[in-house]
Amino acid sequence: MIFPKIKVLLSHGRQNIPDLTQVELSEEFRGRPVLSASDDMTAVEAAAALCPTGAITTKPFTLDLGRCLFCGECARRAPQNIRFTNDYRLATTSREALVVKVGDDKIDFCPANVDKAKAKLFRSSLKLRQVSAGGDASIEMELNATGNVNFDFGRYGVEFTASPRHADGVVITGPISSAMAEPLKICYDAVAEPKYLFVCGSEACSGGLFAESKAVNREFLAGHSVDLWMPGAPTHPMTFIDGVMTLLGRKKRE
Amino acid sequence: MIYHTINNRSQAVALADIPQVEYAALYADLQERLADERYHVAHYFARAEGGVLRFYLILLDDVEHTIMLSSFAMEYYDDVALPSLTALHPALHPFEREIAELYGVRFGSMPWLKPLRFSSEGVKRGTTIDSYPFYTIEGDSLHEVNVGPIHAGIIEPGAFRFICNGEHVLHLEIALGYQHRGVEREFAATTNRLRQTLLAESIAGDSAVSHAVAYAMTVEKLAGVGVSEALSVERQIALELERMAMHIADTGALCMDVGYQLGQVACEALRTMTINTTQAWCGNRFGKGLIRAAGSHFPLTEAKRAMVRRNVSEIAHRYNEVREDIKSSPTLLARFEQCGVVPRAEMAKIGGVGMAARASGVHRDIRSSHPYLLFGEELAHESIVKRQGDVMARLMMRCREVLQSADYILQLLERCSGEGSQSLPDYDMPLAADSLAVSLVEGWRGETCHVALTDAEGNIATYKVKDASLHNWLALALAVRGEGISDFPICNKSFNLSYCGHDL
Repeated sequence: MIFPKIKVLLSHGRQNIPDLTQVELSEEFRGRPVLSASDDMTAVEAAAALCPTGAITTKPFTLDLGRCLFCGECARRAPQNIRFTNDYRLATTSREALVVKVGDDKIDFCPANVDKAKAKLFRSSLKLRQVSAGGDASIEMELNATGNVNFDFGRYGVEFTASPRHADGVVITGPISSAMAEPLKICYDAVAEPKYLFVCGSEACSGGLFAESKAVNREFLAGHSVDLWMPGAPTHPMTFIDGVMTLLGRKKRE
Repeated sequence: MIYHTINNRSQAVALADIPQVEYAALYADLQERLADERYHVAHYFARAEGGVLRFYLILLDDVEHTIMLSSFAMEYYDDVALPSLTALHPALHPFEREIAELYGVRFGSMPWLKPLRFSSEGVKRGTTIDSYPFYTIEGDSLHEVNVGPIHAGIIEPGAFRFICNGEHVLHLEIALGYQHRGVEREFAATTNRLRQTLLAESIAGDSAVSHAVAYAMTVEKLAGVGVSEALSVERQIALELERMAMHIADTGALCMDVGYQLGQVACEALRTMTINTTQAWCGNRFGKGLIRAAGSHFPLTEAKRAMVRRNVSEIAHRYNEVREDIKSSPTLLARFEQCGVVPRAEMAKIGGVGMAARASGVHRDIRSSHPYLLFGEELAHESIVKRQGDVMARLMMRCREVLQSADYILQLLERCSGEGSQSLPDYDMPLAADSLAVSLVEGWRGETCHVALTDAEGNIATYKVKDASLHNWLALALAVRGEGISDFPICNKSFNLSYCGHDL
């Protein structure tokens, strides 16, 4: 019947975000933290001791977003020193740049690391193969969401494919469970050169809560160079979109 | 007395109060009891305790709304075979397989003993998931289709092997374990309760709220603290928001798999609106960070309540239009109806739980059988139960539950007042020593069960988790028997089971 469909269409209206480069997230969203030092650092020490993934160091005072699960508890313990902003621009080409220091007001994208020739090749069409290796499904759903009716990242030619043979790169999610170590390697090897390797989610960046688990095997990352680190628990679709667009030279980190 | 009886609101039980019986007595009792559908096993596990291996059984009585606890022990190096309960009641297969995998316990006459998840804690360290013993059938007209562990979409890994006769599936076997991260061991390895909370939130990210509520309730029971009504209301709203979000997502996924784009995009937009509501409340689209033991950092203030009320009303209204549309589209009904049927008797036999079980007419719903939070006297829950057991029944179950959850949220919002719950999280509450606490929550998939056992210092020494998926994966394997292999995607989406919730 046609009438119920017209009703759905009318209520649906237009849902796509008109400009993906101009998105602001909800005030409550926990994104890039801002650190400030103070004479009395006991609150920071308490927060560092509580941090479930050991993301905070006190001397010097830093917060590693590659480990951070964005629970926000440290900002409750040390409100004078740690504050989470709603800035989702967290992706970078360098693992070291994920370590936030006192006074940092953005995550450095480290554009010098970008392979310009490769970025030019994939600028208007980038097909990715995602491999979940212990990801908890929330991050997989967020990557799916990048292609949905709201974000519609496909309009920039960035999409996920079923076969690694059709892909220009691999996106890893999850801490890399031992049982997935071999399938991940097979999948990566099946992608033709030149190719990208993206690591999505704090658990993929560092192992997160499972960094010490013997059910996890992160050897793959030791032997391959990563083009883009995208922290988050899970990584917000906008963090992914912003990171990939910046890598492809379609956006600049101000 | 072979059981100690409690309910889902009881405080922790001292380990000494849990009867230690002979296995033969328990076996004889369960043989009879489990034949009656009012009983089912919520958890059954073993752990090394002193010099012995002690087995704990958690049995649910849906009629009396009680949880029955019992245990038995065997010498750690005893090499006797326990008569298998799975042989009598197939619903127990994941539990016996887990015990066999972890401790090498032999179960006599157990049908088809296979590894459950190739746990890193298992006794047979030499075997890997690559050597999974798939079932095979000989025959010139048969062929096998192997899918996975990496699937075509952006989803978690698992290996599926189909044995097909032409286009028809004779048999599907699902090998899981690729997502095994060692969750349960990580729980026991730390005394940092914030770390444990985050572990609970990552058991299955699409059920972060369900598992976090189960964990928080377990810890509160061990600490002997109650929570305010305001906090209970907020937890319940979060749970129902999660149910709405995931049911809407799956409605969209089913529409996508039959090529119905309007339904797909409408549901994508509605899911975005639902999870953005959760994000505007607590800063995370999946509700991570919201549920904490003893308190909350995100009280539902008046402004936030207005936002939730506005969004939920609109989502329910628009989603209902999608539901009406699906029901009035013959081309969709032709795909969904009588596809992937799990008959009631089969579902009951394999111990299916949650919405998948209710779609087949098996009434398993913790919200009514073992009430928690405000369910029960404060908020009488009437489960939606269907009979057909096909993809359509599971889809309509989702449709009805979304509207029901929206209705509950609107009712619960009326109970809130002022600036919301006032207590703050507490990660340092002393826990009862040598005790056991069990919590049951009806997540959107179904029965979620957490069990914690403490040591003499009051630290969590053993933590056991059960996601509804543990039971329901077998239902998916049965649903596709006799179907065309091209219908597998919609059968799979109609269940949408968790890999990491199973593999832990």
